[in-house]
Amino acid sequence: MPRNSPPGTADIGALERKATQLRRHMLTMARGQGQGYIGQGLGIADALAALYFHELRYDPHNLAWPDRDRFLLSTGHYSIALWAALTEAGIIPVEELVTYGADNSRLEMSTLDTTPGVEMIGGSLGHGLGQGVGQALGLRVDRSDARVFVELSDGEMQEGSTWEAAMSASHFKLDGLVALIDCNGIQADGPVVLDMEPVAGKWRAFGWETFEIDGNDMTAVVGALASARQRNGKPKAIVLRTLPGKGVPRIESSEKSHFFRIDVAQWGGIIAEFEKSAGAGP
Amino acid sequence: MEAGRTLAMGQDEAVDGGRQSVEAPFGRALARLGQSHPDIVGLTADLGKYTDILPFRDAFPERFFNVGMAEQNLVAVAAGLARTGKVPFATTYGVFATRRAYDFIAIALAHSNLNVRIVAGLPGLTTGYGGTHQAIEDLALMRMIPGLTIIDPCDATEIEAATEAIAEHQGPVYMRLLRGSVPVVFEPGYRFEIGKAGRLRGGPDVGIISTGFMTERALDAADALRKQGISAGVLHVPTIKPFDAEAVAEFAAGVGHIVTAENHVVVGGLASLVVETLFDAGIAKTVTRIGLPDRYIECGAVPTLQAKYGLTTDAVIATIAALN
Repeated sequence: MPRNSPPGTADIGALERKATQLRRHMLTMARGQGQGYIGQGLGIADALAALYFHELRYDPHNLAWPDRDRFLLSTGHYSIALWAALTEAGIIPVEELVTYGADNSRLEMSTLDTTPGVEMIGGSLGHGLGQGVGQALGLRVDRSDARVFVELSDGEMQEGSTWEAAMSASHFKLDGLVALIDCNGIQADGPVVLDMEPVAGKWRAFGWETFEIDGNDMTAVVGALASARQRNGKPKAIVLRTLPGKGVPRIESSEKSHFFRIDVAQWGGIIAEFEKSAGAGP
Repeated sequence: MEAGRTLAMGQDEAVDGGRQSVEAPFGRALARLGQSHPDIVGLTADLGKYTDILPFRDAFPERFFNVGMAEQNLVAVAAGLARTGKVPFATTYGVFATRRAYDFIAIALAHSNLNVRIVAGLPGLTTGYGGTHQAIEDLALMRMIPGLTIIDPCDATEIEAATEAIAEHQGPVYMRLLRGSVPVVFEPGYRFEIGKAGRLRGGPDVGIISTGFMTERALDAADALRKQGISAGVLHVPTIKPFDAEAVAEFAAGVGHIVTAENHVVVGGLASLVVETLFDAGIAKTVTRIGLPDRYIECGAVPTLQAKYGLTTDAVIATIAALN
C-alpha cells in the first residue's frame, strides 16, 4: 500500500482513532519500565497518525523502496511515538512494545537506526534537518518525486545547525522537504529556557512556506500537510503547537513532562484516566 | 623569515625538494571518477576553490552542492545524500571538519557507517595562518571515531590513487588533502591500498616510520644519510586507521633505532600509534618522534615554520645524525 489514502480523502474520525491507538501503544511501552518520554509522545501522536496513516507514501513490506517518502525523527527521545506508529503500521510486532527501554530491546528510548523503519539516528539534537536536506537533494538527483518529512522540536531550534540546514533548504529550493516543528513548550531544564518566539516568523524569514496550527487538532494537521504538498520552490514548515501528555490529564498538568518515572501502583490509574478521556473524545 | 624567502604569510609551500608537481590531483581524479561513478556527488562549505574540487563541479554541476560556511550542515547533508545511495566527497579545511563538525562525523556518519568522504585541506603545517587554519591535531581527533578510515597521503600520485580507492570503499573516510601544485614523489605504478603500509627503503641502522608529506622528507633524508654511512629504512604509513600494526611491528623489529615523522602533533597521531603498536608487540626500542609540539603554532611563511618546527629534510637528517 504505497499511498495510504489519496490526497483530499482524509477520514478525520479514523485518523483520530489511529492517534488514540498510538497513545495506547505508548502507555503500554512506558508502563513496561515505568518510565519514558511519554509526554512528548502523547503530544505528537496526532501528527504521526496523520503522517503514517494518510500522508506518507511508503510500503511497510519494502522499507528500502527508493521512492518512499522519508520520515526523519530528529528528536531521538521521541522514539516512543515512532515505535507506536511503526507498530500500528505493521512494521514492529505489537508484542514487542513492552520491551521499550529494556536491555537488548530494539525499541530504544532514543533511536538508533538499526530498528526497521528508522531513517536516521536521532538524539544528538540538531542533526535531523540537515540530513533531510541531503536526502531531498539525493532524491532530486535521482529525479524521484518522493518527499522528506523531518520532525524537530522547539528546544532543538536552539541548535545552530538547525538554522544552517534551514538556510540551505530554501537556497536549494527543496519544495519536497517538510519540517514539522513540535512546539510543546518544554525542554530538559523545564519550560523552554530560551524564548524561541516568533517561531513561524523565523521560518518565514529563512524562506520557508510556513503553517502554524494546533498540532492536536487532526483537521488542522491534515489540512496543513495537504497545503505542504505544493511543489512551488519553497521548503515547508509546519509549526505544531502541541500539549505534552495530551490525552492523560495528570501528565498534561505535570511540571515534569520532559521525562516521566511513574510508580507501578499508579499505572492502573493512568490507563483508566486515558481510556476515560479517549472514550469521551472522538 | 629565512634569508632569500619572499613568500607572503599564509602562502602555501608543501614542497621541500626540487620535484615535478601536478596541479590539483584530487580534483582531477574526482572529475575523472565522476564519469564512471554516477553516484559520486561533491560538496563544499565555501572552500571549493581552495580544496581543488572545482574540476568536479565544472564537470557535474547538478551533482555538486555548496552549502556555504556551515560545516555541521556540510556533514549532515552529505550523510543524507549517502542515505539515498550517493557517495559524497565533502571538502573543507581540516580544522573546520574536525573541530566544528565532530559530532556530525561521529554520529551522522560513522555510527551509521555511511559512505561519506571528508576531504580536508591545510593539514598540519601547510598554511601560515596560525592555529585557526593549521589542522595540527586532526588525526588524533579523528582516530577516536570508531569505523572511520583515515588517510594522510604523501604526494600527487598517492592522492589520485587514494581518491580512486576511497570511491570504492564501504564506510566513512577522512582524507587529508595536499592542494594546488603537489609534488610527485612516487612513480606512476605506485600502488595504494587502504590499511597497508609500504617499505620504501631497507635500513637497518635506523627505521623511519612516516606518514603524509613527511615521507618525502624521510626518503630524501635516507638518501642523504646513506652517503654518511647511515642506512635508514623508511616505512610509509598513509593509512592512519585502520593502522597496519603488523607491518609496523615487523619493520620496527628489524631496525636499530625507530624515528617517527608526521605533519601533526606528536601526541595522538602516528607516533602514539607506533608506540602503542610496539608495546603491544613486546618490542622494547626507543622511539624518537619528529612532529609538531603540543601547542599552537604561530603565523608565518610555511617554509619558515616548517624549518622552525623540524618538518624539513634537513631537520630529519639532523635528528637521525644526532642519534648515532
